[in-house]
Amino acid sequence: MIAAPPHRSLRRRPGLPLARWLVSGLGLVVAGLMVLPLVYLLLRASEADPAQVAALLWRWRTVELLANTAALTAGVLGLSTLIALPLAWLLSRTNLHGRRWLNLLAVLPLAVPGYVMAYALIGLAGNYGFLNQTFGVTMPRPQGWWGATLALSLYCYPYLYLNLRAAFAGLEASLEETARVLGATPRQLFRRVTLPHLMPALMAGWLVVGLYVIGDFGAVALMRFRVFSYVIYQQYAIAYDLLYSAWLSLILIAIALLVVWAESKLRQGQHYSASGSGSGRPLAPLRLPAWGQVLGLLFCLAVAAAALGLPVAVLSFWISRGVSQATWQGLLTSFVQSLSMAAPAALLAGLMAIPVAVLAVRFPGRLSRWVNRLSFVGYAVPALAFALAFVFVTLRSAPWLYQTRGLLVLVYALAFLALAVGPIRSALYQARPAIEEAARALGLGPLASFRRATLPLIQPGLVAAVVLVFVTVMKELPIAFLLAPPGFRPLAIQMFSRTSEGMLVEAAPYAAAIIAFSALAVGVVLRRDRQWPQTSPTTTVPDSTEAPDPTAAIAPPSCR
Amino acid sequence: MTAATPSPPLLEVRDLCRRFANGIPAVDRVSFSLAEGELMALLGPSGCGKTTTLRMIAGLETVDAGSVWLRGIPITGWRPERRGIGLVFQDYALFPHLTVADNVRFGLHRWPRAKAVGRTQEMLELVGLTALARRYPHELSGGQQQRVALARTLAPQPELVLLDEPFSNLDAAMRLEMRQEVRRLLQRAGAAAILVTHDQEEAMVMADRLAVMERGRLLQCGTPDAIYRRPASAFVASFLGRSNLLRGQAHGSAVDTPLGCLALVTPAQGPTTIAVRPEQIRLVADAQAAATVEMREFRGHDQLYRVRVGDIALTVISTNTDALQEGERVRLEVSEQVVALPA
Repeated sequence: MIAAPPHRSLRRRPGLPLARWLVSGLGLVVAGLMVLPLVYLLLRASEADPAQVAALLWRWRTVELLANTAALTAGVLGLSTLIALPLAWLLSRTNLHGRRWLNLLAVLPLAVPGYVMAYALIGLAGNYGFLNQTFGVTMPRPQGWWGATLALSLYCYPYLYLNLRAAFAGLEASLEETARVLGATPRQLFRRVTLPHLMPALMAGWLVVGLYVIGDFGAVALMRFRVFSYVIYQQYAIAYDLLYSAWLSLILIAIALLVVWAESKLRQGQHYSASGSGSGRPLAPLRLPAWGQVLGLLFCLAVAAAALGLPVAVLSFWISRGVSQATWQGLLTSFVQSLSMAAPAALLAGLMAIPVAVLAVRFPGRLSRWVNRLSFVGYAVPALAFALAFVFVTLRSAPWLYQTRGLLVLVYALAFLALAVGPIRSALYQARPAIEEAARALGLGPLASFRRATLPLIQPGLVAAVVLVFVTVMKELPIAFLLAPPGFRPLAIQMFSRTSEGMLVEAAPYAAAIIAFSALAVGVVLRRDRQWPQTSPTTTVPDSTEAPDPTAAIAPPSCR
Repeated sequence: MTAATPSPPLLEVRDLCRRFANGIPAVDRVSFSLAEGELMALLGPSGCGKTTTLRMIAGLETVDAGSVWLRGIPITGWRPERRGIGLVFQDYALFPHLTVADNVRFGLHRWPRAKAVGRTQEMLELVGLTALARRYPHELSGGQQQRVALARTLAPQPELVLLDEPFSNLDAAMRLEMRQEVRRLLQRAGAAAILVTHDQEEAMVMADRLAVMERGRLLQCGTPDAIYRRPASAFVASFLGRSNLLRGQAHGSAVDTPLGCLALVTPAQGPTTIAVRPEQIRLVADAQAAATVEMREFRGHDQLYRVRVGDIALTVISTNTDALQEGERVRLEVSEQVVALPA
């Protein structure tokens, strides 16, 4: 910036009003892009004849969908908790041998998206399936509630596991010791001290998993389980009933928002951190007897075999059946197509996330809080419903945008904005304002200060954000389904349509490519702990009232 | 403060005000001036507005009312980067992504490259960190980080340097060392400085002049000696070293107190509060006297006594080696003149 002549600058405030206006304006634009299509969806849907809408919704089918969605959510939450809780306890509270490697094995299934897991389960069955060909055992094609619950649980449990492990690690020795001294039995201790301390982590994990299950499309469609997103897709793509799919989407959005609201209500007023001062002493790990070591190891390996070994084995089996040259060729084309969408979408998401994150960290206030909450909408709203809102807007008021690359890139960027805001926001919290002020005091203008002092500091977060969105878009399914331009066949669509047509050999290379890319995403997230070393403790702490950072524990599931 | 001089002071602050969001003043009509090369300490308890005052001078905080003048030029609304005022942060705010040398050179971005490199060298030599030029801030000790912060601030040759609690992140031994070091460096650079601190000892040791603040107001300004001997209020008297505050009845240059008739530094009339420093009182063992030793603390080079006279408790510091016992009766003698505080 060029210094203003002295007589003018006298009237200028020394703060950053210009920067503030700029950042607020950009943040509002982003929030508007996020929300307006949903508002539009709501308005158009409510314009319909009430009698017609009532006829659509007042029938057993709606109840069936609600019941199925609830059953699936409950099933996945229950099963993944049954897997994650013992796993987290074994790997953080006991002296089980090989915890480091087992921990990696426990997290890696994140690289196998729900619909790939569904593929693996389906690929087990049938006359030509893995089980019959390898062991001579046939099983029916897994489908319905069981199939979907199994596929989604095996993919989702690591989110819960990571949260629980962090909570176990944060337990302080003094609390459990006090309870023991006061005469609590081990069982009472777990129920009255340990479990309440795990509740926040459990609920945060349940929120992530629950939102994912409600919005999941790929796994439920392959498992032919009739929940909302599956039916919305059928209505839109096959029956082309826009009104019905709009109303189903609105119900689905309402369910998702209800889940978010319920979680935040439950979280309110909970204080589980130690009240005393001083650094808490972590608990000493529990010494397992020999049989405990064996049982623990068996449990960990069984989980890894199901969540990781199974898809890898099934994929290898089907690829070894002989993949044609044409399929490999198609994989390359599809890969390049995915790349051509994911790269601009990731960059756009990173760009949009900067003002949102700066607003949250540097200019807290009501506007900042709202912009940050709204930036979370694309993540909370099920992807299919989110994409459908954009279909509505473009079809009705901007047909020239419908099914264009530009629109797809924008919707991707908005849907995964929360993934990008998280790392940038936490990087900004580490780059204390004093750093920027020091640059100002040394003679740099506000923009130059941001570029030369702040930007280098948040660069790792920025890179993490862009990479995270990139790999997420690479395996995204439902948004591509609704908004793909003609001829655009990304990896996930190719794999999904081949699997649903029973062409498991042809689907296998695509599934393998998706797993490889998802593994990259897991790697990025797991490395996010590494930040700039600080010269002194950070003085700013995140404001607890703002939207949660979905990547705080780990990136949310995203290949719906 | 002083009579008007032909050339304006280096820094002048007039009626500076800053309100919190809730309207309560954080800084309330603060005025002072600073001469070239002078080191002033802005002293007060935490939350008294001293850091806010400093940040307003630096241009990092909006000024609600009042003005800041640098060499007779009003700079109140200037952006911080235009002021040329150096600032050392409490936690140093070193750029973690830059080496020591790059940190020091950061403020020399308008200098020709060769000159900037030379100046960086010079500053690193001055603070004795030439060997660590390629290191990153997190590889340095607290004292070294502070030297880098100081070198970075002094490199563009500011006439005025602001230091915000610069020693609070150091351990006690390092703090003593850095006090001398910082003073030396500032004098070498010929820069005036304002030091914000809540540590009265630090302020008295380092500063040419003290400005004591409380609840946003500037209470008293003067040399450490003058403020210590003639505190202008009860707050200053007890914040700057300990003071025994007593009620008294003044008659010109003398005052009647529970300790007897004492001489006053400055004449006063009527009921007043007087401040007696703990080291001004001498204790003499006397079985007939009214005062009793309640408690004794051995502190190495001196002893601290708590003495009771009627319903008044007094603190006394004595360098006398033969200790008085708890419960012993003593006579109190006040040798020097005492200060009558304005009501």
